[in-house]
Amino acid sequence: MEAVVFFVCAAAVIAGALGVIVGRNPVHSALFLLLTLVSIAVLYLQQHAALVAAIQIVVYASAIVVLFLFVITLLGVDKREVHDDGHPLQRVAAIVVGVLALSGILVLVHGNRWVTGLHSTRGVLGNADDPGNVKTLATSLFTDFVWAFEITAVLLVIAVVGSVVLARRSGHRPQVESAEDESQDERMSV
Amino acid sequence: MNHLLALDPLLRGSVTWSVLAVVLIKVVVAFVILLVAVMLYIWAMRKVIADMQNRIGPNRAGPYGVLQTLADGIKLFFKEQSIPDSADCPVFRLAPYLSIMPAFLMFCVVPIGGTVSILGHTTYLQVVDLPIGALFILAMSGLGVYGVMLAGWSSGSKYPLLGSVRASAQLLSYEAAFGLAILGVLIQAGTLSTHEIFLQQHWTNAWSFVTHWFWLKTCIAFGIFLIAALAETNHPPFDLVEAEQELVGGFNTEYTGIRFAIFFLAEFMNVITMSAIAVTLFLGGPSGPSLGFLSANNVINVWFLPMIWFLVKVLALLFATVWVRASLPRIRYDRLMSFGWKWLIEIAILWVLVTATVQVANVENWNSFVAAAVSVVVAVAAYGVLYAAMPKSDELIEEIR
Repeated sequence: MEAVVFFVCAAAVIAGALGVIVGRNPVHSALFLLLTLVSIAVLYLQQHAALVAAIQIVVYASAIVVLFLFVITLLGVDKREVHDDGHPLQRVAAIVVGVLALSGILVLVHGNRWVTGLHSTRGVLGNADDPGNVKTLATSLFTDFVWAFEITAVLLVIAVVGSVVLARRSGHRPQVESAEDESQDERMSV
Repeated sequence: MNHLLALDPLLRGSVTWSVLAVVLIKVVVAFVILLVAVMLYIWAMRKVIADMQNRIGPNRAGPYGVLQTLADGIKLFFKEQSIPDSADCPVFRLAPYLSIMPAFLMFCVVPIGGTVSILGHTTYLQVVDLPIGALFILAMSGLGVYGVMLAGWSSGSKYPLLGSVRASAQLLSYEAAFGLAILGVLIQAGTLSTHEIFLQQHWTNAWSFVTHWFWLKTCIAFGIFLIAALAETNHPPFDLVEAEQELVGGFNTEYTGIRFAIFFLAEFMNVITMSAIAVTLFLGGPSGPSLGFLSANNVINVWFLPMIWFLVKVLALLFATVWVRASLPRIRYDRLMSFGWKWLIEIAILWVLVTATVQVANVENWNSFVAAAVSVVVAVAAYGVLYAAMPKSDELIEEIR
């Protein structure tokens, strides 16, 4: 059963990944990305990591890809892309480097564990007391790793504040042009 | 093993034919229940609105016109389906299914009854009891955006695109308030499983509906949930997605025949599912008084009464949605956005903080009244500061000029 689910999902993941690259239309690519993300969520579920699967869907499938699609449709970049490679050798070089990188990864994964990291430093997830592994994850997150957690939160807040500040500033930029000083004064007096 | 009772759809562990049969029966029955419920809901909605407007409403097909929806469905099924030349064909065909799937999947985690025994296999009366049920609800309501968004985009036409851009902005905005409102319940329940939440609201005495059900303990979150759920399902007064006088028909303008019917079905299925979720999270789910003169294991007490209580509560909420549909005018678009972002989300966040403080006070044996009072005062002050910092609408208009 586990093998069947794995092979079906792995095929879907790879098909989605290929579709993202091969798709000519940005919206189709985004949908293939969605296929990949949801299939990975099913794989997480198969590994008894229900919480990770749910977060994968909530964050990636229903927030980030939606935003991608929102930007694509709103900005009207849903036209076919121009396929004009910068350099004639670019495609060949990309294929060679890709094959080299893939073989490198395969060799390293085959020989060593340090590429994929240690196996489960916090013990087994999905035990009978905590089927959704919510408590296990929350306990590690809010006790041992609370510092990393809070620092990440601060990083995100800084990113949000920064983007708001940049957006507000760029909105005012056209008014600072020197030729429009008078009209700007008028505007302020109104 | 207790938690695996309704996890059977994953077919883990020892899968026997009875388990497989139970899973299939539950899925099919849930799907049929939803379809029939949508049919009856559309009929009842038209009848009730007609009554409220001094009309008769559907009265030709079947007794009291009850088969009207079925007739409409059959008509749509046999109509010609047209696809515009400028449409993006695969996405155009895919969109209706993307919109109906989350509506059904969300219903799968809703408990509609207690623990029963089918074919010698003990199971909960819900399709699946995920340990992360509440998050699953959020995930599925988030995926519901795709159907509307892709339908509008793939039509290759202006009004559907405008409708779908509005829709995705609205759904993304209210998704946050929706999630935070659910969080209010989760903090108090201490679990994500919908079945656990139902058990915590179990009927123990005549006042259980005040002391055990979550609607009073999370009253503000309940209000926010109802408003956000209306907005999430594109229900009036938040139906800007298909504002007829501005957008012809909204995101589904170019759809005909069975594909249009699927969108229609998904919309009303969402309303029913959201009502069922509100009942599960806030109004005790299937819990209610059982008949004391029968034994606790009697088939009526085990099977039928919980279902009847669930049905009564869902029907009450559904009637309220029809009432809202008949009486409220559509909200203006900028009001919709400022209401969602400047009021609902802030109040929901502050409510979550207040709930968390009271919960910590309970654990640490502080005086919970003092803790509640202090946290409410701090929350009101925080919102005051935030409100003072927000640009007011006339300032914004000034800035645009």
